[in-house]
Amino acid sequence: MRITCPICGERDRREFYYVGDAVALSRPDPDDGDIAWDDYVHNRDNPAGVTRDLWYHEGGCGAWLVVTRNTVTHEVLQTELASDAKEAMA
Amino acid sequence: MAEMNAKSPCDGLLPIAAGDVHLSEIPMTLMTSISPFKGQTAALSEALKAAHGMALPAPNRATGRDGARVVWIGREQVMLIGPEPAASLEAHGALTDQSDAWAVVRLYGEGAEDVLARLVPVDLRAAVFKRGHTVRTMLQHMSVSITRVGDSAFQIMAFRSMAKTLVHEVETAMKGVAARDAS
Repeated sequence: MRITCPICGERDRREFYYVGDAVALSRPDPDDGDIAWDDYVHNRDNPAGVTRDLWYHEGGCGAWLVVTRNTVTHEVLQTELASDAKEAMA
Repeated sequence: MAEMNAKSPCDGLLPIAAGDVHLSEIPMTLMTSISPFKGQTAALSEALKAAHGMALPAPNRATGRDGARVVWIGREQVMLIGPEPAASLEAHGALTDQSDAWAVVRLYGEGAEDVLARLVPVDLRAAVFKRGHTVRTMLQHMSVSITRVGDSAFQIMAFRSMAKTLVHEVETAMKGVAARDAS
């Protein structure tokens, strides 16, 4: 599997560390209640298809990335800096 | 008081050679990491040019020459190698002395690319990785910075604590390439 780092370019998967669902970018407010926090901390879908995950370019530039990929075809559909993704959400 | 002797990271390990490929330690010098403050990248580049005659390198690039280099080493981070950093840089970025923290070696000779091809998951052949190009990548399991500093010469930087492993990994690949060339 190859992942294109927005900074370094296309690199081997072994340079990257998988972190988890990109839901980590959507942290609820402290007052949002138990249900929102339960979802945020524990509840994850496990789709056969497109997922949006956080990866860390550990063996490269050290950037955090949001990688959109398909778990069925192993296609990497999109990569962006997590900081850009977070700013776009604001 | 006891006499203290400075000991370089690869002291007693280098130089070595196998076939026509050589690995030697680059003598220890000043190393300063520089991270531009937010919005200060262009101003930092101007200050670097004025003080040290080298622009801030883009990602995957290095500027300068032997003895005075600026190497891109990560997101929003470069390493100034050689000169004492000018005070004028401090207004535009965070400077950290890293002189003792890195093992810096030079791999050179006709087969140097073949040696690195056994160790690094990035294409470092001259057609795509030219003089002045640099990468942050892995050498086996180790995080390294590799810069092409000549037609068949590379500078490799690894964390100082990894110096012995670095030499071992590169030496093993050097012997493998030399054995193949000899057969």
